[in-house]
Amino acid sequence: MKAGIVIFPGINRERDMAIALERSTGQRPRMIWHRETDLTGLDLVVIPGGFSYGDYLRCGAMAAQSPVMAAIRAHAARGGHILGVCNGFQILTEAGLLPGALLRNASLRFLSMDCWLRVERADTDFARHYRRGAVFRSPMAHGDGNYFADDATLDRLEGEGLVAFRYVTPEGEVAPEANHNGSARNIAGIYSADLRVLGLMPHPEDLVDPLMGGTDGRPLFDGLAAALAA
Amino acid sequence: MTRAVVTVMLKTGVLDPQGKAIGQALHNLGFAGVGEVRAGKVIELELSETDPTAARAQAEDMARRLLANLVIESFRVEIAA
Repeated sequence: MKAGIVIFPGINRERDMAIALERSTGQRPRMIWHRETDLTGLDLVVIPGGFSYGDYLRCGAMAAQSPVMAAIRAHAARGGHILGVCNGFQILTEAGLLPGALLRNASLRFLSMDCWLRVERADTDFARHYRRGAVFRSPMAHGDGNYFADDATLDRLEGEGLVAFRYVTPEGEVAPEANHNGSARNIAGIYSADLRVLGLMPHPEDLVDPLMGGTDGRPLFDGLAAALAA
Repeated sequence: MTRAVVTVMLKTGVLDPQGKAIGQALHNLGFAGVGEVRAGKVIELELSETDPTAARAQAEDMARRLLANLVIESFRVEIAA
C-alpha cells in the first residue's frame, strides 16, 4: 500500500500518523505539502490532525480551499481511499467529501482524553481487522468535534450504514455520558457512500504500540494495509 | 469602492454553546432580563466593484463558497453606501 500524508501549515499530528502507517505497511508514507497537486500512484491519502491555517474562519475551512484539495478530490473520484482524522475530518466535511459539520464541543471545553469507540460495521477496508460491535479505546484531543448534520442526513447515514464509529461506554452502550463532545447520535466517524473515505475525530494512530499505552488503534492500520496491499 | 458587511450566524436549531455561555455570564453579572443569546461573526469586505447590485452578488457568492458553511450557518449581506 502506498500512503501519503497531507501537510497543511498548522498540521501537527503527521508524525504520529507516519509512525502508525509505517508500522502496518512497512513503508514510509510520502509527505505531501499543501501546494502539491499530483497524488497519482497513491492508494491512501491521509489528512492528519492539527490546526490547519490556524483554523481561521472555521476549522478546516481554509484547508478545504487549498491547492492540494483538487488533487484529493481527483483521488476520491478515482476510487482512492482517504482517511481524515480530527482536523482531517473537519477538512473533509468543509470540502464536501463527507456530509455534515463539526461544531464546537457542547461543553465549550477542549477535550484531551481517551474515549471508547464502537465499530458499527467491520466489512470495510478500514474496519476489517475489528469485529462488528467491538469496542476499542482511542485518545482524542479537540475543541470542535461535535458532529452535526440535519435529521434527514443523519437518517440517511444510518440507513445506508455509513456510521463508522460511535462514542460508547467501555461496555459498548450508546449513552450521553460517553458522548463527551455532544455529537449527534454519538457519531464519532462516518464513511462516504462508497466506503472509501473515512473521517473520525479520535486519534487511533496514537494507540498503536504498547509504549503508547495500548494497541487498540493498530487494527485500523493493519486492516488498511491488508486491504490495499498491492 | 464598495464596502460589504457579511454577517454569519449559526442556523436556528444548531446548538450555540458560545451564545449560551455568554448568556450565562450576563446573568452572573446581574442582567436578569437576558433571554436567548446567539453569537456570530461579522466580516467586512472592501470591494473594487462600484455597482451595489453587482457588489452584493459578489459578496453573496463569497459567503456561499467560503465565508459561511451552509450546513450549519446562514448569512446576510449589507452593502454600505
